[in-house]
Amino acid sequence: MATRPLLSIAAVSGLRAALLHSRSIPRQCYSASILERRRKKAKDGLYNSRNGTVWVWPNQKRHYCTSPSENETENENISVTYIGKDGERREVKGKVGDNLLHLAHRHGIDMEGACEASLACTTCHVYVENEYFDLLPEAHEEEEDLLDLAPFLQENSRLGCQVILTKELDGMTVTLPKVTRNFYVDGHTPQPH
Amino acid sequence: MSWYISAVKCLSRSFKSNNAALSGGRRGLTRIAIVGSGPAGFYTAHHLIKQCDDVRVDIFEALPVPFGLIRFGVAPDHPEVKNVINQFTTLALTDRCRFIGNINIGTDININQLRSYYNGVVLAYGAEEDKTMGIKGEDSYGVFSARSFVSWYNGLPGYENLNLNLSSGDTAVIIGQGNVALDIARILLTPLDTLKETDICSHAVDALSFSKIKKVIMVGRRGPLQVAFTIKELREMTKLPQCKTMIKHKDMLPYKDIISELPRPRKRLTELMLKTSSDGRDISNDDNVLELLFCRSPMEIIARNEITKGIKLEINELIEDANGGNTTAVGSGEYETIDCSMVLRSIGYKSRNIDPEIPFDEKLGIINNSKGRVVNNGTTINGLYCSGWVKRGPTGVILTTMNDAFETAGSIIEDNKNGMLPSSNTARDILNDIKGFEPVLFEDWLKIDEEEKRRGELVGKPREKIVSVLEMLQIIKNNKN
Repeated sequence: MATRPLLSIAAVSGLRAALLHSRSIPRQCYSASILERRRKKAKDGLYNSRNGTVWVWPNQKRHYCTSPSENETENENISVTYIGKDGERREVKGKVGDNLLHLAHRHGIDMEGACEASLACTTCHVYVENEYFDLLPEAHEEEEDLLDLAPFLQENSRLGCQVILTKELDGMTVTLPKVTRNFYVDGHTPQPH
Repeated sequence: MSWYISAVKCLSRSFKSNNAALSGGRRGLTRIAIVGSGPAGFYTAHHLIKQCDDVRVDIFEALPVPFGLIRFGVAPDHPEVKNVINQFTTLALTDRCRFIGNINIGTDININQLRSYYNGVVLAYGAEEDKTMGIKGEDSYGVFSARSFVSWYNGLPGYENLNLNLSSGDTAVIIGQGNVALDIARILLTPLDTLKETDICSHAVDALSFSKIKKVIMVGRRGPLQVAFTIKELREMTKLPQCKTMIKHKDMLPYKDIISELPRPRKRLTELMLKTSSDGRDISNDDNVLELLFCRSPMEIIARNEITKGIKLEINELIEDANGGNTTAVGSGEYETIDCSMVLRSIGYKSRNIDPEIPFDEKLGIINNSKGRVVNNGTTINGLYCSGWVKRGPTGVILTTMNDAFETAGSIIEDNKNGMLPSSNTARDILNDIKGFEPVLFEDWLKIDEEEKRRGELVGKPREKIVSVLEMLQIIKNNKN
């Protein structure tokens, strides 16, 4: 007789455990200990279901980033300020050898890098503050060729993935160009027809 | 026993409510369908998902494989341009984005049916046809569109049996002076050993090994200042081994003095063309040659027994607009003929209308729209959008399409905030309702991807593309366990 409630408890626990592995239970139903175990799994990268999702907790935004995040180290002492497309300023710290594209991604700054820094696109185009622009080594021919295609090109335009941080660039500000319209190779604006 | 039953009831209730949330019912999720999985489709999804937490995107694709022109358009010797696939793969693996391949919107499901399942539909299906020259003899054997040639070497299903005329002559003529024309010229003139190590299809390598083409002539309607290709691609051409790029010095001389006044991109490109120009005496018989020919319009294909033997061109005069507008070409009445065995027309792609419900401008070849919102006779259609080449015309590189897709996504986000998106008629998942189709999900594509890489490794290539849809579906079936 005593075994019947025990069996029922076991059955419900089993059923609950089975349902836990689907995403269909609202998060509020979980006990604290189960949440803790799953948080650890997500952090360790172990809880990746069939289609690669990572569980998120209530009130935590899923940070969809285009490149893996890395931990900050003690050598990060070069301050760079990014001014976004909407004028928002963000000051971040990088280290010698970082390039502006990967630094932006590490800090969740909205900068595209379609070709992943392989000099095959212009999506990481930035304007470098003039006094710092002069401190940069001259752009290679390959970079200059790509910059020809960048909309709203300016004298102080560079590709973010080619700007490598050095100590002298501490305090630099870079601005992301505004979203663009159609453009032609020679800056021609099509006449309405 | 009764508390057991009530426990199960409680669990099943919560099961149901969350399911409804996933289908966009009670929890207010916005569900968007995107037609087309090329750069336009994926960049629109990328922007939507990055900016909004409550959006779920389904990307539909007619083929079982995603990525559109990144896979089928970018030249095999430009693998870095394809790196953006990594970003799109990360996106497709998140739970807010679902890839649904092997479903043809237009024939398998029509637009109205699709719209009933989603709050918004984005048309991003690109341009799958090409412009024709409209000249006599264009249907002769030996005349091909650049688009079909690119599809052939890049493995677009349906083009693997393209019967190219590569071995009956040593000259090919390309009509058009854009980046696609340069890509084709480069593939025809690159030493085969280099090509063999790329992901070019093996049927193309086999056919090119019999190619006798040593000279490619790129013909443009207007002059050197109107070329549509860009400097990176031209520079690559000038550095191609065993190949000389021939630009006649006398064609460039009239522009020598005005180069410094040109805007930067045009200035640098024209400077390179001037530097490359020569009087032709430095070309030996062993070299392959790419020749740029300006101010010529195609008039007629010379054919014998319907086989291309040459092309007749009219020589043009350039009329510059005094007000700084477009330079136009006007026929002079003089003609010349070039002997050739192959003519490739690279004068632009063209979109087509996939559903009569869509307001399509046949003349411009785009969907009528304003900032990505589809417009019919001045009225905006709520919940219908377009992105990419089908929105603004088939020009530009991946960057241009990216900015274009972001504009459309911005319109969708704005409409969502203002409550302008229609609510869908059902909270059901469309995949549960369609019968008789074999949708291919992203993890199925990953099996095809793995198989292509495995086959490529056996022959020293990054991948050996599978070109048959049936074979792709068979691989998925074989790997289902």
